[in-house]
Parts: sequence; C-alpha cells; structure tokens
Amino acid sequence: MKLYLSRDAAAKALGSEEVAEAILSEAAARGIEVSLTRTGSRGMTWLEPLLEVERDGVRHGYGPMTPETVPALFDGTLDGLGPVEAIPFFARQNRLTFARVGLIDPLSLAEYEAHGGLSGLRRALGMRAEHIIDEVKESGLRGRGGAGFPTGIKWDTVRLAPVERKYIVCNADEGDSGTFADRMLIEGDPLSLIEGMVIAGLGTGATQGYVYIRSEYPDAIAVMQEAIDIARANGVLGDVMGSGRRFDMEVRVGAGAYVCGEETSLLNSLEGKRGVVRAKPPLPALEGFLGRPTVVNNVLSLATIPVIFEKGAAHYAGLGLGRSKGTMPIQIAGNVARGGLFETAFGMPLGELVKDVAGGTATGRPVKAVQVGGPLGAYFAPGQFDTPFGYEEFDGAGGLIGHAGIVVFDDSADMLGLARFAMEFCAVESCGKCTPCRIGAVRGVETLDRVAKGDASAVPLLVDLCETMKDGSLCALGGFTPYPVLSALRLFPEEFAAQQEAAE
Amino acid sequence: MPASQTVSPAGVEEIIARHLHREGPLLPILHDLQDHFGCIPAEARPAIAAALNITQAEVHGVISFYHDFREEPAGRHVLKICRSEACQSMGGTALGEAVLTLLGLGWGETSADGRITVEPVYCLGLCACAPAAMVNGKLKGRAEAKALVAEVSA
Repeated sequence: MKLYLSRDAAAKALGSEEVAEAILSEAAARGIEVSLTRTGSRGMTWLEPLLEVERDGVRHGYGPMTPETVPALFDGTLDGLGPVEAIPFFARQNRLTFARVGLIDPLSLAEYEAHGGLSGLRRALGMRAEHIIDEVKESGLRGRGGAGFPTGIKWDTVRLAPVERKYIVCNADEGDSGTFADRMLIEGDPLSLIEGMVIAGLGTGATQGYVYIRSEYPDAIAVMQEAIDIARANGVLGDVMGSGRRFDMEVRVGAGAYVCGEETSLLNSLEGKRGVVRAKPPLPALEGFLGRPTVVNNVLSLATIPVIFEKGAAHYAGLGLGRSKGTMPIQIAGNVARGGLFETAFGMPLGELVKDVAGGTATGRPVKAVQVGGPLGAYFAPGQFDTPFGYEEFDGAGGLIGHAGIVVFDDSADMLGLARFAMEFCAVESCGKCTPCRIGAVRGVETLDRVAKGDASAVPLLVDLCETMKDGSLCALGGFTPYPVLSALRLFPEEFAAQQEAAE
Repeated sequence: MPASQTVSPAGVEEIIARHLHREGPLLPILHDLQDHFGCIPAEARPAIAAALNITQAEVHGVISFYHDFREEPAGRHVLKICRSEACQSMGGTALGEAVLTLLGLGWGETSADGRITVEPVYCLGLCACAPAAMVNGKLKGRAEAKALVAEVSA
C-alpha cells in the first residue's frame, strides 16, 4: 500500500503523528506492507490529517483522520473523499508556487527533480546576469511579503552595485496573523526556496544567502536546515551544479520580535543587533546586511523564481489582473468552514474566496467582517466583497493585500475590541525607534478605552492620532496599524458610539 | 525543552566559540546559550561582550529587545497561547482567559512551584485551525482550555 500523509505543522497540530503511528502499527499487526511518505500539506487544513492512498496512480483522500479511523481504512470500510486533486477546493486552484507542496517528500531531491525542480536553475546557469534580471522583470513578479515592489528592479539595483560581497536574504519572519504560506512552503518544498535563492545569487552576483525564520516555526526551521544540507551534499549549493559559480546559505532564527519582519529591522537582527528599524535611504539593495548590497525578498517571491525560469516569464505574466501578475497563494483563516491555502491567479473577488471557496463561517453564523493582509490590514465588510484580489484594487478600496492572509469573523466579532487589540499589538511590538509608533500606539489604546467608556470626543482624537501614525511612522508597523482601526471605525461606527448611549 | 544545566565559564566559552565564524553571531550565540542553560545566564554577558568586542550594555540591549530571551529559566512546562486575530475569531480570547483562570496565573507568569510558565504568542501559523497553542514545543490546533491545562498538570 502506498500512502501519503502530511508532516506540515498544521497537520501535526491536528494529530497527524498519532495517525502515522496508528497506521504503521495497524499495518504491522495485519502483516500488510505499507510505504508511508510524509509530504507537505495540500493546504486543505479542514481535512487534516489528510491521508492519501495511491490506487492506479491516483491519490485518494481520507480525512480528517484519527487513530480510531485507521482500522476502518484497512478494512476498506472508511468513506473517502475521492481523488484528492478533484476536491473542488483543490481543483479550482492554479498552483505554480505550491505545485509540489503536498505532492512530494519535501526532502527528496530526486522527487523534486522529477517534478520540474532544478530545470529553472539549469536554464539560469546558461544566462547572463542581466538576462536573468530581464526574465524576472518580464514575469511581473512583485514582492509577496506585502509591499508588492517589483522583484526584478530590486535585483537589478543589487546587480549594478559595484561591491564584491553581496547577499540574498530571505525574509521568513512570517508574523502576520492569518498568514502561513511561508511556513507551508518551507515545510513542503524547501528546495524550491533554495533554487530561487541560488538564481537570485546568479542574477545579482551575491554568493551568500540567509533565511531568517521566526522562532515560532520550529518545524520549518528543522526542514529548512535539512534541505540546505541535502542541497549542499548534492552540489546545488557550494559550487553550483559544478558550474564554477558559488552560492551558499544558512538558516538564522528570529527571537520573537514581530517587527523583525520589516526588512531593515530584520537586517539589524541578522547582524546581532536590537531589531530596530533603519531609516531609508539608504536602501538595503545598496547598503543592507553589514552595509553591503542585499536583496531582501519574501519566501514566496524567491520560491516562485524557479517556476518562472522553468516555464518562462511570459507564462507567469499571462496570469493575473492588471499590474498584479501571476498567482497568489491566498491563506484563508479564522472563522471559516474550509480554511487553508488557495493559490490562484490574481483577480478573484474577495466574496468568492470567502463564500464559495471557504464556504462561509465555521460557526454557521453570518460573516461580519474579514481582515485582509495581517494585523496591519484593513477590515472589509460584505458590502465590499466585489473587490478583486489585486494590489491596486485593494489599495483603491482602502486596504491592502499584504501577504494575502484573509481572516474571517462572524457576527459575534467585537470591532471596538479588535481595534483596541491592533493598537495594543503595535504597542507591544513597536521597536521604539520612532515616536508616532512607540507613543502613538499606547495613546491609541488609551483613546479607545475612552471611546469604550462612552467619551464621544475621543473619536476625532483617535482619527487624528491615526493620521499622525500613518504619516509619521518610519515603517509599516506604526504606519499601517491605523488601517484596521480606521476601517473598523468607518464600517461599524455604531460600535464606537453604542457604548456612549449605554453610558448615558 | 531546554535542559537547565549548571553554568560553567568553560561551557559558556565553548558555546560562544562555536559561532564566532558566523557573520552576525550574537543571536545564534544567545539561542544556543538558552537552549543549553534554559536562559541567558548573567555570568555569560561579560564573556559575550569580550568575544564580540561590544559592551555589556549592548549585550543587555539585545537580550531585552527580543521576547524569546529569558534572564531566568521558565517553568518545567511552557504553555504558549496565541492571542492574534485569527485565533480571536475562533474564541482565542476566551481560551486564553480560561487557561489563566484554571492555572491561577497571568500572562508571562510562572507558578510558584516552578511547574509551569504561560505566555502569550502572536501567531503560530496555525490560523486555519484556530485557536492555536504550543505545549512544551508541541503544536495544538483547535485547542481547548481543559486539555491544555491537563497536559501541563502532569
């Protein structure tokens, strides 16, 4: 029997290790030979632990599994989900970045190559640096960390910097609530991230890479470290594929500071300093890690590079909407019936994602609001569900797509409480470098407490404070915390006034 | 869980030496020390400062900046509960309050017998199976207060 079971952290958190153990002991007791491959997750979290059984080359799904359902699986009496890739949530995706995640053993270089891995790198090795950059520019790839800056332009700045030692830094400090795509990618297909970083090195002249992973992701750290060892032992790192070109990399672990997801703060942390934000300019592309030219890219940006080189820039740029080219791995989370990772071309309306793809709320109550883009992203109400998923489209609707996490709330959500939480979070995580963020967040909590006590005069003060934070903060932490606060106030003004009536 | 070892100057020096070849070795050194000793022992600071040619004040500044680094070892069990929005949407706030009440502790506190430390965490990346928690390094999706407390009461 050929079986596949996820080793992704979410699957483990839902009991996949216990299921794996039960399968192996049940098989042994029955004298059945099984091969159990541990994969990444298919991204259908509500079905995890999702077991796949291969029959005639097609993988059939069973889930969510528990140790108790294992005997029925062997008896052949367990109801299945049919072919995994025909499950509607999966079938309607367009998986490029996540093509191999959930399909292969993440630490098998042979399986990686059998599914298209390393063909992008082989192609890039035959190209001049400026042509590598042109390919990335033509793909239209934009930074997946949230800012959406064109990746090719950033790489070109580093390429043109007349300095010998340059760096590729991968930002895997995925701290935004509602996002987990970086974690899933690293746990499910770490070799694609390595391949992307090597290509970035070839394009820019950088020879050393760092992957900065947050400490809250112990599984991702372990898988990444193992993958780097495998890549180095097999000549993908070091002397790259025997080409005489050098690139090597190392994992670095964060230490629980949310702000280190901001690129300059991350660089300070990598250097062994307090993770305070640096003023820009100078850009990290010119003066980054240790003052040298540095590409800082998100996991998804770098892990998408191999498929762009494998299939060509035109293929990637042919997908998407307007200036949002290609696909986006959207993370659907919170109070949803079907949560998980859904990769699709840009352009799908928000409401379709929330209602059709995710199936509405887990509690069965009406959707009240969704927060898109992490704790610094705006809330959207059902009235805005026709907004197409794209950088400019969300900006136009007063929000941002950020790292493409969608958190759904049902009608029991306390919007004033969530606005207060946004300010509280900013106060806890502020690096302290700039005043609007460091002081503003604390005053924001106090002002929202006044609103909660029924002080109507505090509302204009809150709006004014938010404007100051937006305009005056050095980075997105202080600058974007007003997004959730002001959007909650704009969409649900009665919740910021009702307290007052109660008080009167 | 990190095993708390007796702090010896030789042990500290050996850990520092392991990382000196790295570019930006301070965070790897601090992580390694904490894995080994359960915290960053005060005795290690002069040695770190000397090895990296920085002041002890700078070492302190870095240790105190990051939530992860402890100046005292945590309890034998460490329970982390996510407080972020995705978990809030699935009752995470109530989960946190219930656990704190059952344990009689506040956020960041360690029980008097040194058995358990309970800490807030801001996202474990388990947002599609919220609310999430971590018990002694093991992740829990769709966490329930009583089960969490039972696990750390053993």
